[in-house]
Amino acid sequence: MSAIERYDLLEHGVLRFLTAGSVDDGKSTLIGRLLYDTKTILADQLAAIERTSQKRGTALDLSLLTDGLVAEREQGITIDVAYRYFATALRKFIIADAPGHEQYTRNMVTAASTAQLAVLLVDARHGVVTQTRRHATLAHLLGIQHLIVAVNKMDLVDYDQSVFAGIVADFLAFAERSGMENMRFVPMSALTGEMVVERGGKLDWYEGPTLLQILETVDVEQKLAEAPFRFPIQYVVRPTATLPRGYMGRIESGSIAVGDAVTVLPSGVSSRVREIRGYDGTRKRAGLHAAVTLVLADAIDISRGDMLVHRNKSPVIRRDLDATLCWLSETPLDSRRNYFLRHTTREVRARIGGIDHLWDVATQERQPAPDTLRMNDIGRVGLMLAQPVFADRYADNRVTGSFVLVDEATNNTVAAGLIQ
Amino acid sequence: MSAAKESGHDRFVADQLPQPRPADADHLGWLESEAIHILREVAGQCRNPALLFSGGKDSLVLLRLAEKAFRPGAFPFPLLHIDTGHNFPEVIAFRDHRAAELGERLIVRSVEDSIAEGRVVLRDATESRNRHQSVTLLDAIAEFGFDACIGGARRDEEKSRAKERIFSFRDTFGQWDPKNQRPELWSLFNARVGPGEHVRVFPISNWTELDIWQYIARERLAVPSIYLAHTRPVVRRGSALVCVTPLTPPRDGDVVEQISVRFRTVGDITCTAPVASDAASIEAIIAETAMTTITERGATRLDDQTSDASMELRKKEGYF
Repeated sequence: MSAIERYDLLEHGVLRFLTAGSVDDGKSTLIGRLLYDTKTILADQLAAIERTSQKRGTALDLSLLTDGLVAEREQGITIDVAYRYFATALRKFIIADAPGHEQYTRNMVTAASTAQLAVLLVDARHGVVTQTRRHATLAHLLGIQHLIVAVNKMDLVDYDQSVFAGIVADFLAFAERSGMENMRFVPMSALTGEMVVERGGKLDWYEGPTLLQILETVDVEQKLAEAPFRFPIQYVVRPTATLPRGYMGRIESGSIAVGDAVTVLPSGVSSRVREIRGYDGTRKRAGLHAAVTLVLADAIDISRGDMLVHRNKSPVIRRDLDATLCWLSETPLDSRRNYFLRHTTREVRARIGGIDHLWDVATQERQPAPDTLRMNDIGRVGLMLAQPVFADRYADNRVTGSFVLVDEATNNTVAAGLIQ
Repeated sequence: MSAAKESGHDRFVADQLPQPRPADADHLGWLESEAIHILREVAGQCRNPALLFSGGKDSLVLLRLAEKAFRPGAFPFPLLHIDTGHNFPEVIAFRDHRAAELGERLIVRSVEDSIAEGRVVLRDATESRNRHQSVTLLDAIAEFGFDACIGGARRDEEKSRAKERIFSFRDTFGQWDPKNQRPELWSLFNARVGPGEHVRVFPISNWTELDIWQYIARERLAVPSIYLAHTRPVVRRGSALVCVTPLTPPRDGDVVEQISVRFRTVGDITCTAPVASDAASIEAIIAETAMTTITERGATRLDDQTSDASMELRKKEGYF
């Protein structure tokens, strides 16, 4: 069998997952271990970390593989989400490595926004701590479907089954209170490699899959494939002598077929799909995430930022939003000011109408409304919009239920919003 | 509208058929769909973008993705190449051939001109011109008023790239400030810039070297001949092979060997090293890449080895 065929046959697509943990939970070592044991670490990288490990007089330190920028080393902290890649015969993986510091809620939210699965590191010696609950809560808030609680450093508790069982029970009690589902628990040692990629020989009492086996086989439910059709217009193709007017975009949920009745938002005008164009010519149907050009049966005025939906399956056209807002910027929210709100391919001016309450991620308790939101705060707010957006609830659709706020003066992205 | 009345009902054809296979069910489809979405966001958001095209494999993949995004129409951006004057002639010929074949506008700005104008001063004539490209690139961006430059950088290439945004903001000096990058969530990209500022956009951020070769194979893309194994005179310098060319003549005591090599990257001749290889087809390259033991930049870029953080420093100065 040729190399190309081999890679096509064993194809489960892409899994994006994030890793989160407290500062010393061994997250960097775990990522290093995944890369190392899946043969993703290469000779020159290995030589570099061997040299550094020797200089420091330690055993081979896999955590050095994820060592960051000079700016970070100078300050001894991790500033930002880093993306790492590895592939096995079954899947391609994209890891979003979110720094562990408590104050970096914004990084965790950023990493979680594109992840389908979260690996939460728990130190077997310390058990479930506040930081574990914070990370689990944020993963849940951001709509991540699968949670793996990786009970790490089992080598430091003599691979004791009762330690693992106690942590599982603790976490389950917390998860039940919080309404979380789809959890798995794996005992492991990232340092020695037990139950990460290889089973090892010290955790024989554990009969479940290794971490990598879960990552390779977890069924990422294609909820969006079943959801109503949403097609935000990215770019309008002007008609020429040979080509009709077309609307470029990506199918963000559902699917479309030639002949389908569609409604254009915000105008509410209806038409039918005459053609679905792709690079290879026209096709009769297109599925989730297909990047296509749609041609309609009627000449209608449509621009970037409009949305095509199936008739009678429309999102709500809204000039005001009730949203959970995570503030990302060092400059606090200023309710006197306007912000640009980016929702799908649409951009509208927005103002914060009011802050209902602040949400404490660690306790999941509401706190009285402050007069502003500061970096890493999460609050429930009302927004007023200068033009409408076409919104679904975030819980129903991660694409049409999310937005960011952009500062009008600096053009910086300052907040992430989940539509309620 | 009329069709709906004729049939008397509002049925959704798609609802009555099994779900079509998602476009991203396999990993190349996933990567392709993401990249097309990003390219169309550039077209939708930016006033005056350009696509950086060198003739190298990553930028050839970018061009195919641009075709998938915009054909049968023309690209909504010109192609821009910063020519160091030290490029492999095979690659320059390929660049011109491909641009002509596509019928797209190719702008070339050269480091040679920047040197003649005194904008770039070399320590000596044989110095690598790799980092000096930044000056020429920023001058070209200013000359044409580009507000976005689409590039073929990948996050797996080098560790300072691992934290790079897909839409990466550059200030009026073209600088990348790792502490002042815009948060990037979901697939909501922010290309807003002020006068004199621009964004670099990296549609293939999430691709690895193996993904690139698999895509080249799937799409049957032609690549410059020097990517495939060929016999060439080289000398050994430490662990690297260095080509013998008029720009890089052998030094005293060097032993010139004729061996079968291929290039994994094709940059400036003075700092791009080939690897020993017999892989004479794309398929053989994929097999070799899947089991290779040296990173792409580690094997082939002499300029990245000067210090642990060379790439980070060059990026801050406005490098690709």
